[in-house]
Amino acid sequence: MFYDVLFLLALIASVSMCIYRIGIGPTPPDRSVAIDVLGTVMVGFCVLSALKTGNDFYLDVALAWTLISFIGGLSLAKFLEGRRFDE
Amino acid sequence: MCLKIYLKFFFILLICWALLVWPFQDSPGIIEKWLLGILVCAFISYLELRNVSKNSLHFPLSPLRLYWFIRFIIKFAYLMVIANLDVAYRVMHPDLPINPGIVMVKTELKHPLGRLMLANAITLTPGTLVVEMTDDGYLFIHWINVISKEENIIKKTIVLPFEIYLKKAFD
Amino acid sequence: MNSIISMIFLFIGVLFIVLGCIGLVRLPDVYNRLQAATKCVTLGICGMLIAVMVEKGFSPMSGKALLCMIFILITSPTSAHAMARGAYRSKVRLCKNSVCDYYEFGRPEEAEKQPLECECKNDKS
Repeated sequence: MFYDVLFLLALIASVSMCIYRIGIGPTPPDRSVAIDVLGTVMVGFCVLSALKTGNDFYLDVALAWTLISFIGGLSLAKFLEGRRFDE
Repeated sequence: MCLKIYLKFFFILLICWALLVWPFQDSPGIIEKWLLGILVCAFISYLELRNVSKNSLHFPLSPLRLYWFIRFIIKFAYLMVIANLDVAYRVMHPDLPINPGIVMVKTELKHPLGRLMLANAITLTPGTLVVEMTDDGYLFIHWINVISKEENIIKKTIVLPFEIYLKKAFD
Repeated sequence: MNSIISMIFLFIGVLFIVLGCIGLVRLPDVYNRLQAATKCVTLGICGMLIAVMVEKGFSPMSGKALLCMIFILITSPTSAHAMARGAYRSKVRLCKNSVCDYYEFGRPEEAEKQPLECECKNDKS
């Protein structure tokens, strides 16, 4: 029980660092990288919930979150290259 | 040949379906699950066959190639753990001992799937990140600790640990 | 026994996620941040999914965890690669203490013709 709270606090610290980088990032690519990493850390939250509650639909959420984060990262990268979203 | 590509795509999709739905245990509706999966996978692979480029899924299968591919995965897992310890050392060191730069190296792999595997493996191994790969096989790699600019040494350090396995597995 | 091994894998995974995010804050450049974040967070998520697979054994959850691990291992480096190329195309250059930059010449033929005067120097931060 103590370890679960420890893991949760560690993940919350990681998310805070990502949000810090999103806030102060000097250039747009910094913010995009931090958003992409934030999406991957959220998958970690889903996995932790699945392991501790025993419900397997949290892993479905993790799977969908992976793919949506991937598509979001690719479209952010295309936007950084100076192209439109619908190419 | 078209039928072979179709069957490979179909079986890859069916394995994904089986991992997602898990129709292995004695539960009600197990036959319906398999039937629905086979129908949906056949339809999706029929739709995707026109979009996916023909030669990217055209890889020869044999037990020897599978053996080299498993060797590649073992090497990749080992180097991935090493990479993370290396990054952890660099991040936690108070002076940040980095020496970054972008170097250029040429690969000899021809197969698109092999090149994809090589780029992903290089990105996840110690201190390297593929920035761009051109069509004629040049890789631009961001390296966090440039130890040399000689192309032979770069190739021996970064590319060759994976290329020898992937060449036997795909080309 | 299974739960102890699973706890160890979970600890390793969370540790590497935290290290990756510290790297995201501390390192000086987009490309270095991308390296630290991508590698460490990918291995961290893989460790957590291995913990699920160890604890649950042969069950629906471990199948989904395996599928999720394959997807993470394929999509995360691809996304990092696209992001690095986008950052370079949007004219974010390397940080001050970089050593060499072959990519600024564009094509490989021109890069081979150019004389490279940058030398490997051992500087700290």
